[in-house]
Amino acid sequence: MSLASIADNFFGLFNYWVVIVLMMIGFYTVISHDNLVKKLIGLNLFQTAVFVFYISMGKISGSTAPILMSGKGSEDVLYAHPLPHVLILTAIVVGVSTTALGLALVVRINEAYGSIEEDDVLEADFETQEEETEEEAERTARAEARQERESAQQDHDDGREEDEADDDRETRS
Amino acid sequence: MREHTVLRVVTKVLIAPIILFALYVQFHGDYSPGGGFQAGVVFAAAIILYALIFGLAEARRAVSPNLLRITGALGALIFAGTGVYSLLRGGNFLDYDYLAHDAVHGQHYGLLLVEFGVGLTVVSVITSIFYVFAGRGRRNDDEQPPGDAR
Amino acid sequence: MIEAFFAQMPALVIVLPLLAAPICVLLHRGGPSWFVYLLTTWACFGLAFLLFVQVKIGGPISYAMGGWAPPFGIELRLDALNTVVLLLVSGIAAISSVYAKASVAAEIASERAYLFYAALLLCFCGLAGITVTGDAFNLFVFLEISSLSSYALIAMGSKRRALLSAFQYLIMGTIGGTFLLIGIGFLYMMTGSLNMADIAARLPAVADTRTVEAGLAFIVVGTSLKFALFPVHVWLPNAYTYAPSSVSAFIAATATKVAVYALMRFLFTVFGAAYAFDQLPLGEVLLVLSVAAMLSGSMAAIFQTDVKRLLAWSSIAQIGYIVMGFALASTAGVTASVVHMVNHGLIKGALFMAVGAMFWRLRTISLNDIAGLGRQMPITSAAFVVAGLSLIGVPATGGFISKWVLLEAVMAPGHYWLAAAILVSSLMALIYIGRVVEALYFRERPEGHPAVGEAPVLMLAATWTLVLANIAVGLYSTPLVGAAERAARAVLGDGV
Repeated sequence: MSLASIADNFFGLFNYWVVIVLMMIGFYTVISHDNLVKKLIGLNLFQTAVFVFYISMGKISGSTAPILMSGKGSEDVLYAHPLPHVLILTAIVVGVSTTALGLALVVRINEAYGSIEEDDVLEADFETQEEETEEEAERTARAEARQERESAQQDHDDGREEDEADDDRETRS
Repeated sequence: MREHTVLRVVTKVLIAPIILFALYVQFHGDYSPGGGFQAGVVFAAAIILYALIFGLAEARRAVSPNLLRITGALGALIFAGTGVYSLLRGGNFLDYDYLAHDAVHGQHYGLLLVEFGVGLTVVSVITSIFYVFAGRGRRNDDEQPPGDAR
Repeated sequence: MIEAFFAQMPALVIVLPLLAAPICVLLHRGGPSWFVYLLTTWACFGLAFLLFVQVKIGGPISYAMGGWAPPFGIELRLDALNTVVLLLVSGIAAISSVYAKASVAAEIASERAYLFYAALLLCFCGLAGITVTGDAFNLFVFLEISSLSSYALIAMGSKRRALLSAFQYLIMGTIGGTFLLIGIGFLYMMTGSLNMADIAARLPAVADTRTVEAGLAFIVVGTSLKFALFPVHVWLPNAYTYAPSSVSAFIAATATKVAVYALMRFLFTVFGAAYAFDQLPLGEVLLVLSVAAMLSGSMAAIFQTDVKRLLAWSSIAQIGYIVMGFALASTAGVTASVVHMVNHGLIKGALFMAVGAMFWRLRTISLNDIAGLGRQMPITSAAFVVAGLSLIGVPATGGFISKWVLLEAVMAPGHYWLAAAILVSSLMALIYIGRVVEALYFRERPEGHPAVGEAPVLMLAATWTLVLANIAVGLYSTPLVGAAERAARAVLGDGV
């Protein structure tokens, strides 16, 4: 492959290079950053890359804006394909809504946890979760113990309810 | 920022042309570049500028959040309602041909109505988003305008 | 007049919820909004049924939005496949609207209830839109409408963890949606069309290019993110666990199925089974992933103590069954997929509703807290048991039918290892459902918990409607299997 053809590939397809680089920067930001706002910024970059992809797709070199013109020679005007632009207008609206919703969630996460670092939030969650799991395990053990005791008791004797109450108090404390 | 005379004066001068431009983009959207989305955002920018300079409370008094809720819903209803009207006239959903006595006028009316609905909703939604974010966590100190966070 | 109405039905299915959502916002009250929601979903259910019958009798329907003929305008296209999905989505929406009132009154602040119903309506509008549209870009827009509203709905859950789950879902869902957008962009670049049928007609000429292959890859990954196929499923358990009960029931039963439908529509209608499965090794990849989803999902479900999370993990496993069916790319396989889509919608709807009814009483849903409820909430618990049996695949339930059809489809080409995976996963389902049943019936109420009564009548009625639908499908499966088979023939072309 000659140098010229490489250069041609690179510069001839430069819009795709822009799209790929922008997209990867955005994607990497989403994955690597803990800060939820930075994640949203990354997501925005990621989406913007796709917008650029669509918009550059509709461009024909040497073409003008796709506006209807009147007068002489207006039929011969070369204009860019307007449909991708219109499509991407819709996608931009979707992107704006996503960003607004994401930021609203971040604001509420900040109010609920006092942090917008994913690690801190997850840590707070894990702490409560661990407590809950421990509590659950304890309660399961207690319930099983009680059940065993009850079945043993049924074999044994029926008139010893005071003891059971005592046992319960012990297990609870 | 109310104490900055220059900003206040410039804002007062600017807001009217911004709104006028928004209306131009809105109602010429069917013949020239523009339309509901763009006009809505420009219009909302005027309201947001007002809120930035004169404070959120003032802006809320001028354009109340409750009004925005209603106009936002109305805009969507105008859009869908246009479609339903063309449906009742015997066409398909959003078939503007059936809105008037002939197809050309019908297309014209349909485009105007639909874009108006879109514009109304976009103004309301963008401004509401701004109000909600700016008003969050500062319910008691409305004296400080939101742009002045530092 | 009647004929004009029939002709407009495809549009009305989307337009009604689209009109109802702003009406809810205008009403500004929870009660009337609920009524609007109820009316809309039932009306759409009726429309979906009429459309189903119409397509069954008269063949596919095409509807030109705005009177612009396809391929230039947006086309709504209904065939044997998407009328089944539409019937499922609107049916679940209608039944969950009956369920929603009591559940929302308990879980959502009353001044925000009207927004909740508006978001639910938009979500339903999006899901119905994905199903009926015949336009690739339109599908993306509807997918984002339903996703955005479901992020908001999940964030309305009562625990603070709902917020982070919704945020994570938003990140994953948006990446998925954007991938889909890139894929559609590639297809548009090569074919110059957005209408699915038109793309399908123009694709063979350019099918061997890298661009189309990349487009297929982006679409598969993007939709997989939305329906949580095995390696990209991490958002789902949290989202379903912390969402409000009525949202869990509605979304778990419909959203993933609709995303699977979207992938099937792209693979079979746009790319064609021959291209996606014979020319490219997509079938093998999807089969391996579906087995991994079944085993890992079921395995994770066994170790959960929160019943909603248990059901969420089980959903991941069940998506494995659905994907396995259509990954075989045979008529029997696609039939099995469609049958299980419907059955899983009915099963998971019923299970999440039963669990939601318990949550309504107890405010918590861990295995220890529901211990002994079998005696105090007998009707709810019985609903859970019957739907659970259907999930396991006990004869005389809908789950049995779908597993039977799937096993047949898998055995026909001699994939015995897949059959083994199905059986192992079903046994695991027996274990995790068994754990819940054991807690419900064979344990005492934990100390210090006051006795509770049954859930409200409307909640029970909705739950039992779905449970009875399960049994009805199990006892009389011909209509469902027949409809699924017609769907499979419709998307594959009669030959395969």
